[in-house]
Amino acid sequence: MNRAMTGTGVLLLLALRRDRVAAPFWVLAVVALPVGTASAIAELYPDASQRLALGMTIMSNPALRALTGPVYDAASVGGLTAWRATNVAAVLAALMSAFLVVRHTRAEEESGRAELIGAAPVGRYALPTAAVLMSLLTNLVIAVLLTAGLMGQGLPVAGSLALAGAVAGVGLVFTGVAAVAAQVTTSARAANSIAVSVLGVFFLVRAAGDAAAVDAVSWLSPVGWAQRVRAFAGERWWLVALFAVVALVLLVGADLLARRRDLGGGLLAERRGRAVAAPWLRSPLALAWRLQRGPLATWAVAFAAVGAVFGSLAASVGDLVGGNEQIAAMLARLGGADALIDNFFAAQFHLFALVIGGYAVQAALRPRAEEIAGRAEPVLAAAVPRGRWLLGHVACSLAGSALILTVVGLAAGFAHGLRVGEPVRQAVRLLGAALAQVPAVWVSAAIAVLLFGFLPRAVAAAWAFLLVFAVLDLFGQLFQLDETVRMLSPYAHVPALPGGEPAAGPFVWLFLVAALVIGAGVAGFMRRDLAAD
Amino acid sequence: MPEDSAVLVDGLTKRFGRVHALNGLDLEVHTGEVHGFLGPNGAGKTTALRIMLGLLHGDEGRVEVLGGHPFRDAVALHRRLAYVPGDVTLWPTLSGGEAIDLLGRLRGGLDPRRRAELVDRFDFDPAKKGSTYSKGNRQKAALIAALSSGVELLLLDEPTAGLDPLMEAVFRECILEERRAGRTILLSSHLLAEVEALCDRVTIIRDGRAVESGTLAQLRHLTRTSVTADLSSVPDSLGGLPGVHDLTVTGTRVGMEVDAEHLAAVLRVLTGAGLLGLTCQPPTLEQLFLRHYQTTAS
Repeated sequence: MNRAMTGTGVLLLLALRRDRVAAPFWVLAVVALPVGTASAIAELYPDASQRLALGMTIMSNPALRALTGPVYDAASVGGLTAWRATNVAAVLAALMSAFLVVRHTRAEEESGRAELIGAAPVGRYALPTAAVLMSLLTNLVIAVLLTAGLMGQGLPVAGSLALAGAVAGVGLVFTGVAAVAAQVTTSARAANSIAVSVLGVFFLVRAAGDAAAVDAVSWLSPVGWAQRVRAFAGERWWLVALFAVVALVLLVGADLLARRRDLGGGLLAERRGRAVAAPWLRSPLALAWRLQRGPLATWAVAFAAVGAVFGSLAASVGDLVGGNEQIAAMLARLGGADALIDNFFAAQFHLFALVIGGYAVQAALRPRAEEIAGRAEPVLAAAVPRGRWLLGHVACSLAGSALILTVVGLAAGFAHGLRVGEPVRQAVRLLGAALAQVPAVWVSAAIAVLLFGFLPRAVAAAWAFLLVFAVLDLFGQLFQLDETVRMLSPYAHVPALPGGEPAAGPFVWLFLVAALVIGAGVAGFMRRDLAAD
Repeated sequence: MPEDSAVLVDGLTKRFGRVHALNGLDLEVHTGEVHGFLGPNGAGKTTALRIMLGLLHGDEGRVEVLGGHPFRDAVALHRRLAYVPGDVTLWPTLSGGEAIDLLGRLRGGLDPRRRAELVDRFDFDPAKKGSTYSKGNRQKAALIAALSSGVELLLLDEPTAGLDPLMEAVFRECILEERRAGRTILLSSHLLAEVEALCDRVTIIRDGRAVESGTLAQLRHLTRTSVTADLSSVPDSLGGLPGVHDLTVTGTRVGMEVDAEHLAAVLRVLTGAGLLGLTCQPPTLEQLFLRHYQTTAS
């Protein structure tokens, strides 16, 4: 073994030990989703005719295609499972792999623990190698369990293997993406942001391509390849191999970058800052804003692009079904092309709101990150009331998520309005529709604040809540879940806008819940001990 | 509470799960003094400071800081005190200068002249990003913010950890200046030389309890003095005298450790034995410290 790799085995064991709770949780989520989908489809759509009818509905609904991609074989349970679950499982595998690699590479360097390891008889590349191996191992476990699980549902071997290969393949590609990101930046937060942004762009490119039925656009995205492996519908095995090739290229790239830098350093150099603070930097709110404005700007710009892309696609949505008489008839019953476009926007805004919920949770959990890093202590040892410090960050989370929704609504409305010749009217209309999601997003943030106040060690559960909401919203109807269960998600209470009937009730309720939950969280934090190291 | 106490801690306990961090700690810091808070790692110094700051709740006992309750009156008290943690972390994206200004302003403002002077004396580069400072430089940022805020009470938790000897000397000058300006300073440390050089009074803490408290002179009084004497003849009775320990005799030179309360009697015997030369050494703080930690450990 190369001397630069000495100690990789021990570090891999350390990684396994540290991830003994988180990794199985991720694996379970990634595997359970497709297997559960297969089981639900077999049970709810037992006849081929029912499945074909579902396939028809899918093809007539661009909003659904944007979310899940095209269906290649609507007649079989496997084909529908691949259509419904491949994308979501692949996105989860990508997130898992990226977080895992960053956690065991850049985060270790940032914390200084890597120095401790580097001083031991451990090779220079042992740490990144162990992190990558850990990710490969986890993806391999996913592939094996997923294949077995789908076969256990009575699905064909080849399709099961192909779907598992596609999901783990996206995991491999993002192992590579994160390995590169960890070399380029100097903070784990920035490395995670890069990996998640790359995933977001690839998802968006695929979604845009699939919604507009422009296959060439979807082919630009590795996330799009996952579905184009065509599990259960004439598998393209060479695409599974392509994932491995891309991952290998990225890992070699990360290795070359690693040879060019020092421990703890990045390739993007740190700039010098101001010697004296700006006059406005004098309150806990100003500090929270100073810390959070960077990520917020990134999100706002990204969602301006997202809104513009989807907005400019929307008008084509009505054209797509022109060729199919059956679909055209169904469409006419639903209210024609305008209703279809409204439905498309409503579905997209719902999806965006779930993602922007991720921003709100992340921003609301910033106080916890500050507390753990020891940066809350000097602030709270100054003349700063605890509640004001916490509410400063909460304000960034609430106002920030509302701002991102504003941006995406205006961008989508303006882009769509340019195509239909009424930019201002559409911008205003879709701004309203996007802002309708605000209270649901705020409830997600409120849950994070509540956990921070009472169960600071369990704040990660805020992400679990968001994931459960997403699963309820995106799979609830397909799984024919009970209405009361589906209504556990705050997002399910937001009326479908534009086009639907806006009632004041749900908004009042959601705002009230958010306010009460945040108030409780703040009260809890006022009483509890600050984390000792 | 007596008016001249800046900090009063009485029977304070604090548990973290099954770990007893503080076991009935008593501590009194008089207004205007530099008080050394001495103990090894894990003795409970940081926990006690955090309770004084209202960051943690004590379980039992009483704590008063500047006459107020550390938790209830936190904001009002924090305008009148400054804290330097033992392990300073700065915001990676803020420069050191921004962090200093921010912390000073959050405390109610800082003196820009004093800030500039301290930046200069500590040889600190305020324009670097927080993530690029060494431990010593992060420590300097927190010290500059605390020392330029002009508050009544400074709570310093091992503030010189990571400073080089040159900077440590600057720190000592600054502390003496602050004392001359009438400020009260509680200096937690495990550096005996630092405490000996700076502190008026000392509290030694072990396993969450104060084992010794008083001026250095008082503490020395409680222990043994090293005595070396040249005599014309060595009296046989010397080894049997009460309060004499570790007697060594080399010709007519004797060396011994003498309990403080018996020192006068022993000196009378030595004078009677034809005293030619005498060296008396007060115990160092290190001896005091080691005595407490070694004897109680066994």
